[in-house]
Amino acid sequence: MAHTEKDPDAGHYRADSAPIYKELHETPEFAELRKRYRGWAIPATVGFLVWYLLYVALSNWGGGFMDIKVVGNINVALVLGLLQFLTTFGIAFLYAKHSSKALDPIASKLNDRYYSEAGQ
Amino acid sequence: MNQQLLTTALFVGVVLLTVGITFVASRQTKTAADFYSGGRGFSGFQNGLAIGGDYMSAASFLGISGAIALYGYDGFLYSIGFLVAWLVALLLVAEMLRNAGRYTMADQLAFRMRQRPVRTAASVSTVVVSIFYLLAQMVGAGVLVALLLGVDSGAVKNLVIVGVGALMIFYVTVGGMKGTTYVQIVKAVLLMAGSALIVFLVLLRYNFNLSALLGDAAEKSGAGDAFLEPGLQYGATLTSQIDFLSLGIALVLGTAGLPHILIRFYTVPTAKDARKSVLWAIGLIGAFYLMTLVLGFGAAALIDTDAAGATGNLASPLLAEEVGGGPGSLGGAILLALISAVAFATILAVVAGLTLASSSSVAHDLYKGVFKKDQPVTEKDEVRVAKLAAVAIGAVAIVLAIPAQQLNIAFLVALAFAVAASANLPAILFNMFWKRFNTRGACWSIYGGLIACVGLVIFSPVMSGAETSLFPNADFAWFPLNNPGIVSIPLGFLLGIVGTLSAREPSSERLYPELEVRALTGAGAEGAAQH
Repeated sequence: MAHTEKDPDAGHYRADSAPIYKELHETPEFAELRKRYRGWAIPATVGFLVWYLLYVALSNWGGGFMDIKVVGNINVALVLGLLQFLTTFGIAFLYAKHSSKALDPIASKLNDRYYSEAGQ
Repeated sequence: MNQQLLTTALFVGVVLLTVGITFVASRQTKTAADFYSGGRGFSGFQNGLAIGGDYMSAASFLGISGAIALYGYDGFLYSIGFLVAWLVALLLVAEMLRNAGRYTMADQLAFRMRQRPVRTAASVSTVVVSIFYLLAQMVGAGVLVALLLGVDSGAVKNLVIVGVGALMIFYVTVGGMKGTTYVQIVKAVLLMAGSALIVFLVLLRYNFNLSALLGDAAEKSGAGDAFLEPGLQYGATLTSQIDFLSLGIALVLGTAGLPHILIRFYTVPTAKDARKSVLWAIGLIGAFYLMTLVLGFGAAALIDTDAAGATGNLASPLLAEEVGGGPGSLGGAILLALISAVAFATILAVVAGLTLASSSSVAHDLYKGVFKKDQPVTEKDEVRVAKLAAVAIGAVAIVLAIPAQQLNIAFLVALAFAVAASANLPAILFNMFWKRFNTRGACWSIYGGLIACVGLVIFSPVMSGAETSLFPNADFAWFPLNNPGIVSIPLGFLLGIVGTLSAREPSSERLYPELEVRALTGAGAEGAAQH
């Protein structure tokens, strides 16, 4: 058993992985799935966090700019705030589209393979 | 029409409705999976509504609209942080957590690490976050009911706190996750409908001209254009500006680490449904926070905000009375009672979710995973312990909530978010994305983030050194910010890295491929319960 090797704190782990997991992990399809997922989710996360922090920073230190009135009593601060809502909805929508198009087909293929090979 | 009688009748109606739902749900709750995750049988849409019901707390409904009514634009920034935060949950957490875990936040850590230390750590932080959040809701309930009944007596507030505590114990012990979910769905529908009605009536007064509403709010507030610009509440000094930035960071990163939100992802059959639930939740929560904008500025324009209490918590109910026809009118009385009952339902649904999350963690992580690690535990036994834990946590929350009434509600919620972001989020993200991550890293980030967060608050102006402090006569505040997130969140991540790199744990690395395959494909993930 692999998990009894010399590790002073070992002994409370779950059992070692079934071979099927390692097999699936090595497939090019899985590498592609991971690349497509991380390649979308991580840049998008960095993007919306930067945009959000920029907005918070502008609220703190961008007085002159944020106070400009755009239409009637509606100023730049309010427009940017509403834009945060829009971008949130937009990113959520795009992620859903990306997932169902680029991720779900590969994931379900690998999942099928797992169930047929694991005999479950 | 007697206002107090009407309000009381509607409150009793809300209680009876939720108690009835819980009894119905209890008949379908038999196994541990039913109790913890509602048998994983909810659809994405149902769970999306329930997430909304779990998340839109009294602090949002009463607190944010109150903050906007008092401070104008600065109050709106809460709404934005609370919403954008959902993208972290959607993109990085929801689906992978659904695939990797079973019942609690700790499951996905225990997947590849040493059970005892990580389950203990995750359970401690689950209980701490949930209790802070519970205190906020229970204190809010006491304030709300006492003000609505027109009695400012400590005894009434204490009685309400005990009552809410007893109800949440009831929902969880009798209804489990199913009962809690139905209560949250009903609450979400009531809250959206009630808010939409008031928003419609407010906008009707201004012929749907938002600019005119804003102009009126600015004029009535006495602050003029500054009311519509950032900085009225936080712009005074550099310290308060950094405090605001710190709050903003905690809000956006806290949501995806809140245990009562995380366990909701387990209530659907697949990761795809978890994604769908978050999409529905984002739509719902986004629409709601847009409405808080109109509620807050509407209150500033239409009511005397001095009557809404020092923190503006009564702004929404009083606005409802005003747009219903004003004080003394039948329409006003009905709408005031209605919105107050909605606020009460809101509190009940949130406290049920929090009690469930913490009692699940005590039973599944501490009892089964730590105390009875080497012995078999029957499902019946586990659920029995979870119910006992719900009673104990409810009792602790009641005992703590009574003295906590001196604390600001929004502050308690912000603190829960800060702890979730500092302690839980680093462990969750590292576990999913970093192969080398291990038990020591997880424990250091959870305990370190937790201790840093709570510790900094103890030495902040919240506790001492200012007129508004809990102990205004003492001064041991060397940390200048009320919101610790800007220090404690990076520290939580840093400790996760340092802890990991200072220990080698081959088993954790060896099990990572399985975690990754499971998380991304759903292979071997827990399916829906068969009945």
